[in-house]
Amino acid sequence: MDFAFMAETFMKLIEGVPLTLNLAFASVALGALFAMLLALMRLSGVAALDWLARGYVFVFRGTPLLVQIFLIYYGLGQFRPSLQALGLWWFFREPYWCALLALTLNTAAYASEIIRGGLQSVPHGQIEAARACGMSRWLLFRRIVFPIAVRQALPAYGNEIILMVKATSLASIITMMEVTGIAHKLISQTFRAVEVFVCAGAIYLLLNFLVTRAVLALEWWLSPHLRGAPAPAPRLEAAHV
Amino acid sequence: MKACPMSVRVPTEDRPEAVAVRNLRKSFGTLTVLNGVSLTAKIGDVVSILGSSGSGKSTLLRCINMLEVPDEGEVVIGGEPIRLERDRRGRMRPADPAQVDRIRTKVAMVFQSFNLWSHMTVLENVIEAPIHVQKRPKAECIAEAEALLAKVGIADKRNHYPAHLSGGQQQRAAIARALAMHPQVMLFDEPTSALDPELVGEVLRVMRSLAEEGRTMLVVTHEMGFARDVSSRVVFLHKGVVEEEGPPAEVFGAPRSERFRQFISGQRVE
Repeated sequence: MDFAFMAETFMKLIEGVPLTLNLAFASVALGALFAMLLALMRLSGVAALDWLARGYVFVFRGTPLLVQIFLIYYGLGQFRPSLQALGLWWFFREPYWCALLALTLNTAAYASEIIRGGLQSVPHGQIEAARACGMSRWLLFRRIVFPIAVRQALPAYGNEIILMVKATSLASIITMMEVTGIAHKLISQTFRAVEVFVCAGAIYLLLNFLVTRAVLALEWWLSPHLRGAPAPAPRLEAAHV
Repeated sequence: MKACPMSVRVPTEDRPEAVAVRNLRKSFGTLTVLNGVSLTAKIGDVVSILGSSGSGKSTLLRCINMLEVPDEGEVVIGGEPIRLERDRRGRMRPADPAQVDRIRTKVAMVFQSFNLWSHMTVLENVIEAPIHVQKRPKAECIAEAEALLAKVGIADKRNHYPAHLSGGQQQRAAIARALAMHPQVMLFDEPTSALDPELVGEVLRVMRSLAEEGRTMLVVTHEMGFARDVSSRVVFLHKGVVEEEGPPAEVFGAPRSERFRQFISGQRVE
């Protein structure tokens, strides 16, 4: 192994990290909003909305992300005149927007099922107690259902975020120069695939290590009620004497 | 244990009705749970609702705050009838959800399984609805919540989460949460049935003190001692109808209904 070469490669690949994180976090954030909408459609009790969401999840979970990226970037590119007429060409012309769109649509399908599970796990008695206090539907959702569902869904959602960090590597296929894209370029210049991919793999590992720690920290912070009882706090008692 | 609280109160006839239920019917599928139940509680009344399981007593209580919507009949809270309408499938529903939300702030409920919000501390549970539903100032709500927690004897637990409390402590926290709404009526749905026997007493003591304050309470219970000693009126439900009703001394002393006689002698009738 040529460690000098690897160090050099590592530094070049690091330049792709901002784009990798940009794609990952933007798609997770936008996908979460869309996923919430899909989950609420599933639970709305309105058959049309329910089946629309089911169909969406079926299609986007059942097809490869790579195929989705190709279809959005190259497939829609064939409808350039129509997209130009609609004023959408600026969007579908750019590989960045196409990659972001594909990642967002894909994660939304998975995340909607995670969120639906979280929402359905909220104990019925706690919902009833909130209704019995006169909470409106929105207040009940905002103060009781959503906070409990988030805590329930977080471990599974952590998984999804990790998958998304790795999924951004597929954006390299439509010319995005994120970590994998840069790796491809370096390999074509140096023909040293092993060293370059080891470095690229190490970077994803590091990113996902940080994501895992962040999700764990968030989980810890959100669930004091699942940890042991607090020790008696004489300081607080004294403050109220 | 105590002098009859009624003696210090205004005579029954002169007090206004806090809750009136008229000819309530409710079925779940083919099972008729309430088959024409009427009940009134005047302000200051403590009504114990007795009955074997399946007699409809919990459903009756849950119809009063519309957690269950009756198929027929009327519920009047503080003189205000809850308006119901039929949906397209012919089922009853509240005509005005905002009215139901408003009335629920006046009718607090304590549940068999406590139903404290698990992600909030005891104090946060107590101040939640006063702040967010009743829009009262936070500082005032906290001060009052602390007083209420002291009153039910768990002031030292205010920063604990429900999972860290015993059943009796959770139920007392739930009672504090109900009191924080300044309710006109309190509904108790088998408040001690989920508790270990040694924890029942602490909850009953709190309920007894509330009754002595003159609060209007409707209590679904299996605690005969509470029904006999604390309540001003006892209602015995059987198969969805009121089988026996009256002041405890009367109904326990000389029950008119054979079924109630069997019930209080320990033979649960089906």
